[in-house]
Amino acid sequence: MNERHTAPSLQLEQGRGARRSRFRRPYRIEIDPAGGQGPWWVPVVSIVLALAVCGIFIAWNGMNPLTVYAKMVKGAFGTSFGFTETLVKAIPLMLCGLGVSIAYRISVWNIGAEGQFIAGAMAATAVTVYYPELPMVLSIPFMLLASLAAGGLWGLLTAIPRTYFGVNELITSLMLNYVALLALNYVVFGPWKDPKGFNFPGTPMFTEAQSLPVLGATRLHMGLVFALAGVLLYWLVIRYTRWGYELRLIGANAEAARNAGIPISRHILAVMLVSGALAGLAGMSEVAGVTHRLMYGISPGYGYTAVIVAWLAKLNPAGLVISSVLFGGLIVGGYSVQTIGLPSSVSSMLQGAILFFFIAGAMAGKFRLRRSR
Amino acid sequence: MGLGAHDTNYRGGDGLGHTAALGGILIERSGITQLGAEGLMLMGAVTSCIVFIQTGSLTLALLAVLAVSAVLGLVHGVLCVTLRANQVVSGLAMTLFGTGLSAYLGKPVSGQPLPGAVPKLDLPSLQGIPVIGPLFGHLDLFTYLSFALVLALHLFIHRTSWGLSLRAVGDNPATADVMGIPVLGLRYACIVIGTMMIGLAGADLLLVYTPAWNEGMTAGRGWIAVALIIFARWNPVRALVCAYFFGALDTLGLRIQLTGIEIPSYFLKMIPYLVTVAVLMFLGWRSRGKPSGAPEALGLPYIREQRF
Repeated sequence: MNERHTAPSLQLEQGRGARRSRFRRPYRIEIDPAGGQGPWWVPVVSIVLALAVCGIFIAWNGMNPLTVYAKMVKGAFGTSFGFTETLVKAIPLMLCGLGVSIAYRISVWNIGAEGQFIAGAMAATAVTVYYPELPMVLSIPFMLLASLAAGGLWGLLTAIPRTYFGVNELITSLMLNYVALLALNYVVFGPWKDPKGFNFPGTPMFTEAQSLPVLGATRLHMGLVFALAGVLLYWLVIRYTRWGYELRLIGANAEAARNAGIPISRHILAVMLVSGALAGLAGMSEVAGVTHRLMYGISPGYGYTAVIVAWLAKLNPAGLVISSVLFGGLIVGGYSVQTIGLPSSVSSMLQGAILFFFIAGAMAGKFRLRRSR
Repeated sequence: MGLGAHDTNYRGGDGLGHTAALGGILIERSGITQLGAEGLMLMGAVTSCIVFIQTGSLTLALLAVLAVSAVLGLVHGVLCVTLRANQVVSGLAMTLFGTGLSAYLGKPVSGQPLPGAVPKLDLPSLQGIPVIGPLFGHLDLFTYLSFALVLALHLFIHRTSWGLSLRAVGDNPATADVMGIPVLGLRYACIVIGTMMIGLAGADLLLVYTPAWNEGMTAGRGWIAVALIIFARWNPVRALVCAYFFGALDTLGLRIQLTGIEIPSYFLKMIPYLVTVAVLMFLGWRSRGKPSGAPEALGLPYIREQRF
């Protein structure tokens, strides 16, 4: 079938080539329409190539890249402390990554997970600030609900301009990230600041009743259960429900879905609501599980990293778990290279480079070489 | 003068700041989405800072910015034009990579003062004229260059045959290809030149407005530049007007603070972001059903004689 489809173009190409240059190219590259996502090893190769490229910059600073990478791996996965820290970082990435994955399924470019994360963290903290005496059975569910609602609302603020006013959601979600960040800074430097905190920009510490249970002596908390449950639910919904089916249909061919009578605007609103709520939940699990207070710089860019996590996972649930643990490790590894005098921005440099090679690799997997006659 | 150009110190809309939007317009007119402005501006800023401190030569610093930007532009080009990768994701990757790499490379020069400044052009002949004098009388070299770029880009897109080809490629690459316009080559050229302009905007931010490099110093200005492209409906002259409108908004925030009205500065800093969304919503509502001015093939990869 492909043979017949490409035959005329092959002739045209050769005709032009013959006129233009004296050299005949023995092979030509073309895209296989049925090439799908490319082979499984593409993500692995892209990570290796990204490590190689960033290694050049590390070597430029006079460090041996291999030593640095070994340090990162050891810091992130080598010790039980490091590994639980990696899992702690993987929790918000998994939840935010889930959120953006759902939106990307129908090509809604939510890059507002950062803002939605902050909104969720602030809403959860608001419960502790205004109702400090609630027992655990009430405070934790309230914090959960508040964060889901706030994140979802922040997501809707992106979806509404998109569906009713035709405003590009990339811009809106990004602008709202800055708005959320400024709102966060306002409360932690202003009204919610801990009066006994020696001017530290943060709220008072949460009480036991406002914190998520942790595993033994580690910092690993119940948020991991939320995240894994979320991944499972995502898989079930996409795979087995009518809503999931409609999302897949829109993702595959929006025009066909529209003609089949699927209300696309309503799906965009719903998807952004869910996407924002998941990022909001990540914010709650971070304040209630890890930092135990709302503070300045609560997110080291989880919302942005989640975008890569989702892409590397190809929006696939099992892939999401793997890639968020990997990127959690990258963040923890980034901290551990600070001990040998490198800035932790090594890890965001690596993240960007991995994404470059991954999207290049995913496309290159669709190409194939053909011998021209 | 309340809103002198040197007074509107909103860095996204001043000097070469709006050049980031101009570069974006050039790229997007050829049909390629460019969302990497934030990372590219940071790379431009850090490159100019490092080279300027190391060599003490402004010219060398600017040349280095152009070279680095060209390389980054080529990366975007290879991904989006040759490999037909998703342009949105490529732009996001550019922002992430640029943010990380600039922070990494800039660490040693962080906070260091620059060895010199961009020369200001004092034009005595202009300074005597009432309104125009205080506005344009003593601006730096970059600001004049940016005005020239607006004019040049406007004339190029709307008055030259190359500009016609460019618009054809952005609106309908298949037809352009049949007409014999080198679609992919033109796209590559636009991406590389546009990226250079974005890099220069970052260098301007560092060299003119901020005395030293610090991590993430663009603080979202690259993204405002991306929003400006949509505001300006892919038109260079409108981009200039919109950029100064935003400069005025930012100054408005500062002015309100100076009057002593008790509004926390955090809320004032939200104004440009909220107004961006509000104006885009207004524009969207007003132009329902009408073309947005976006190149019709924006974001779609072009493959000759083949379909995905």
